[in-house]
Amino acid sequence: MSESQQKQSPYPVIHALECKACNRCIIECPKKVLEMGTVLNERGFLYAVYKGEGCNGCGNCYYTCPEPNAVEVHIPKKAKQEA
Amino acid sequence: MSDIANNCGNSCENKNMTVLKRPVSINEVYSRKGGSAPTATHYCAGCGHGIIHKLIGEAIDELGIQDRCVLVGPVGCAVFAYYYFDVGNVQAAHGRAAAVATGVSRARDNAVVMAYQGDGDLASIGLNETMQAANRGEKMCVFFINNSIYGMTGGQMAPTTLIGEVTMTCQEGRDPVEAGYPLHMCEILSNLTAPVFIERVSVSDMKRIRKAKTVIRKALEVQRDGKGYAFVEILAGCPNNLRQDAQESMDFLNIQMEKEYPLGNYRDKVSETSPLIRPDSDFSKKSIEKVFGVDANLEMPPMDPNFRDCLIKIAGFGGQGVLSAGIMLSQAATYSGKNASWYPAYGPEQRGGTANCSVIISSNPIGSPIVYEPDIMVVLNLPSLVRFEKIVKDGGYLIYDSSVGDYTPPANVKAICVPGIEIATKAGNAKALNTAMLGVIWALGKTGLTQKEFEKAIAESFADRPELIDLNLKVLKAGYDWAKENL
Repeated sequence: MSESQQKQSPYPVIHALECKACNRCIIECPKKVLEMGTVLNERGFLYAVYKGEGCNGCGNCYYTCPEPNAVEVHIPKKAKQEA
Repeated sequence: MSDIANNCGNSCENKNMTVLKRPVSINEVYSRKGGSAPTATHYCAGCGHGIIHKLIGEAIDELGIQDRCVLVGPVGCAVFAYYYFDVGNVQAAHGRAAAVATGVSRARDNAVVMAYQGDGDLASIGLNETMQAANRGEKMCVFFINNSIYGMTGGQMAPTTLIGEVTMTCQEGRDPVEAGYPLHMCEILSNLTAPVFIERVSVSDMKRIRKAKTVIRKALEVQRDGKGYAFVEILAGCPNNLRQDAQESMDFLNIQMEKEYPLGNYRDKVSETSPLIRPDSDFSKKSIEKVFGVDANLEMPPMDPNFRDCLIKIAGFGGQGVLSAGIMLSQAATYSGKNASWYPAYGPEQRGGTANCSVIISSNPIGSPIVYEPDIMVVLNLPSLVRFEKIVKDGGYLIYDSSVGDYTPPANVKAICVPGIEIATKAGNAKALNTAMLGVIWALGKTGLTQKEFEKAIAESFADRPELIDLNLKVLKAGYDWAKENL
């Protein structure tokens, strides 16, 4: 993720190792920007991946994920950007 | 939606970026036995527990109560809750979380006590504890995770299993004729007066997860403010045992579970309830000594190494003072600086049944308080005489009241027939028969106890009814005098 992208738009970080491929984040994403990957992680699960753009920072994937360490959502602060 | 993001309090990492991530009060690493996947939970893919853990963790962070929190874990999949929550943790026996939480809450008044339990744990084996704790209005927040089955053991039928739902133990679907109907905990508890807050939520999909978050936070606010009992039932998925994928799991909760278990608030007395003030628990040595009427600094006379153990059994009708005579005897023994034990055995009757007690007086520590072969057997009625005459040690004393009528004692014992009722009546009151017998025991000298010690024990025993002390002292002396004259 580049520095400019971080500043411009929200994005999810999915830690591949922690994902158990339950599919919940993919179902709950309103922008449909998550998808199930095609390779297994070290623990033997497929894992969700971000398509790279379109995240609106709603946080659904974070909240619906049962794994505490699997998903983060980074959301730029609007006020700071304007300032 | 951005509200939630901005509310994330502890999750904010820097000035320009809000980061939604694992709450501070949820651990990052879960070092468990075997060491596999230490950064992942032990929950199955799509499990409701992980979602709920995060919601509770986030609410704890937001309210700033992490240091006050004690989580009581259940038996069930969430048995390992202590791996995940970075708060005080206690893991209770199956169903007993409410009882353990009561203890924690009473002992630590400022604690935010949470009981985290599943439907098998709370609504089946722990139903009584749950109801009693709710009825007492204990200061605790109960998170009741309802997934309609016993998840940890492989998906057996639970009290909450839906009618017709197939589980391991109801392969044809739950049949109410055989297994009754689903148990509605929120509705049941809302019949009680004490609970402050009761609500049912679901973590099936995002709309409901966000609602669950606010409800969980509200329940914890009740605890933060010490207002009393809060109960949150959370419908959660068990896609693994119910053979569902994520979408099927969501649909099952939204369509089938919610039909049986409607979401909503069942009690909200939060705003009109003021904090519940309970008296401070005082566990200081001084107050414990006061409760038990002991003084650890009291100087005890040295033990007499030559004293041989004296084993006594007293038996009779309940109500004849059998047990209290034993207490007085052992009390007198402790006043003399000896060790004493008192061990009662009695039926369910307050009056009219039979009772007996064993007393051991020793200058050594007493292992077992049970007396199999007494040195002195005191019997106040015929049925007990028949029962206990054979157990007296060879050469031991068998003391019985003359009111038992014609009786031939065994040859191997020293039998003493005492006109106890007569002695007690002459000295003041026939009811003091037990004290008259104590007078006889004193006179025998086997116990090594003195007049002073017996008198002190009687005064202690009748401390609540001081008018009876003199009468009993008179009867004690009369029993002693009779024995000295006749033996």
